[in-house]
Amino acid sequence: MRLLYFAWLRAKIGTAEEEFDLPSEVNDVSSLLLWLKSRGPGYAEALKDLKTVRVAVNQDYVGPEHPIHDGDEVAIFPPVTGG
Amino acid sequence: MIRVQREDFDVGAELEKLSRGNPRIGGVASFIGLVRDMGGGDKIEALTLEHYPGMTERKLTEIEVEANRRWPLDASLIIHRYGRLEPGDRIVLVATASPHREAALAACHFLIDWLKTDAPFWKSEEAPKGERWVATRSEDDEATQKWKATKER
Repeated sequence: MRLLYFAWLRAKIGTAEEEFDLPSEVNDVSSLLLWLKSRGPGYAEALKDLKTVRVAVNQDYVGPEHPIHDGDEVAIFPPVTGG
Repeated sequence: MIRVQREDFDVGAELEKLSRGNPRIGGVASFIGLVRDMGGGDKIEALTLEHYPGMTERKLTEIEVEANRRWPLDASLIIHRYGRLEPGDRIVLVATASPHREAALAACHFLIDWLKTDAPFWKSEEAPKGERWVATRSEDDEATQKWKATKER
């Protein structure tokens, strides 16, 4: 699984990108976010208010119940502010 | 057509290219987004636009396809810049061309509203107290919701 972070989520987590083998307890977006929160204070801080967090799997916006598979590209970022 | 680029664009040349060689086109509508010098009540020195390469192009293409599904357009163009920009700099160009003005104007409005809530770009501002990320405006979400409500034209 490839994880990408953008904007202030990247700044708080301290990296733009990382690669993992899918942990056994992760099968969807909400279990992934829960698992990430336990990885350290930067993650916990970045993910403390999930209302300000958006997730895309394989470059499409998804909700908390969307399944995660090994080999997926998962991006985590704040609400967008382009235009 | 969509383009995501660091460099500036020439509005006149882009609009001219959009309708060139197609005498069916009766009108071209455009929106140009610029960097403002104020943000959250503070003077802004510059802003930096970050994006998600790959997903950005994909989302812009989807939005453009949707505009072409809703309105009879002969041509459309979205150019969005990224990187560091200063007040007065151009950020985005949306242009639409159609035989009649209604479709061109409505599609142009749709594209900029939708782009603001769907395209994965993030702005950070250089303000007097340091760098900070721009927060989403609820008005932007409401503008897109309005278009979602009129999906089945």
